[in-house]
Amino acid sequence: MADAKAHVARPLSPHLQIYRWSWTMAMSIFHRATGVALYAGTVLLAAWLLALASGPAAYERLAWLYGSPVGLVVLFGYTWALMHHMLGGVRHLVWDFGHGMEPGTRMTMARMTLILSPILTILIWVVGFAMR
Amino acid sequence: MAQFQLPKNSRYTDGKVWPKPAGATRLQEFRIYRWNPDDGKNPTIDTYYVDRDDCGPMVLDALLWIKNKIDPTLTLRRSCREGICGSCAMNIMGENTLACTLGIDDCKSDVIRIYPLPHMPVIKDLVPDLTSFYAQHASIEPWLHTETPAPETEWRQTPEDRSRLDGLYECILCACCTTSCPSYWWTGDRFLGPAALLQAYRWIIDSRDESTGERLDELHDPFRLYRCHTIMNCANTCPKGLNPAKAIAEIKKLMVARAV
Repeated sequence: MADAKAHVARPLSPHLQIYRWSWTMAMSIFHRATGVALYAGTVLLAAWLLALASGPAAYERLAWLYGSPVGLVVLFGYTWALMHHMLGGVRHLVWDFGHGMEPGTRMTMARMTLILSPILTILIWVVGFAMR
Repeated sequence: MAQFQLPKNSRYTDGKVWPKPAGATRLQEFRIYRWNPDDGKNPTIDTYYVDRDDCGPMVLDALLWIKNKIDPTLTLRRSCREGICGSCAMNIMGENTLACTLGIDDCKSDVIRIYPLPHMPVIKDLVPDLTSFYAQHASIEPWLHTETPAPETEWRQTPEDRSRLDGLYECILCACCTTSCPSYWWTGDRFLGPAALLQAYRWIIDSRDESTGERLDELHDPFRLYRCHTIMNCANTCPKGLNPAKAIAEIKKLMVARAV
């Protein structure tokens, strides 16, 4: 029977197209996405360190770029990605210990990543500007 | 790299809209995935209307009503109609579950959409090919391994040791969890998936089993076990309320415990 049917090209049943998103699934995807974003963020950090080591002129130029409206938006996004990824990491650490995996708790923990990450981000920026 | 889009032969379009049953006052609309291996066409989504006053309360009742009264070619697996055989596992309203234990009213929707279990080769309509799923289950050797000579009576176990199998032995291998897992979608040829791993854990922590070390050795692999990224779709979707994600976390903990 297997031989007779071997020529039929079976379709693949729909998956991502039809599956209902849950908080844990969405936050897993967000965790991956923010992780990728952090690669770019690390380049920003490395550029800043390089400019710092290259002397006042180079640093001035970069500080102007990072301090421009576009630069600030990018840096704000970087901070948010970092906070979101950090909270996601903590969540995964707790889960790796086998805790917080019950139905209500796992959803709450996933939601908390999305709620706490902007709060932390704004807090960091408020503190940052206050210290200037 | 994961293939997010469906292959060309798997993309579906709207199909036939079957006539509403005559004289019915309480109608429920169903949109159901259809694929016929014999006509060489792509899958379609057919629309059916079920007369609620003439039909039982469960989604499986509606599917059988359609098969009996409207379209006898609609193909699906079913057997026990009480959530213990796992045959009628399918994707209903975006989540994998058993058609026999899900009430039509519980779908709370004007249109109930039904697809086969996700990311599996389709044999026909709502029937997926589970060959590889069963092979993966067999690969974890789901039976008692012993070296000591068999006792004259049963293998004894304390009530406490027995209770560690609760939440594991109830698995009916319906494949809802495994086919809900995005990691399994992308690497299902090498990742064992939640169902097989829950079964593996069921034997690993069985106090009577004597090959715990070998079982862990078999799973110590970047793909077989560690493709689990704790997405938790498995635990969210299990129609028996089990928690494969937690079983997998326990296996990972045992891996660490024996390494330190």
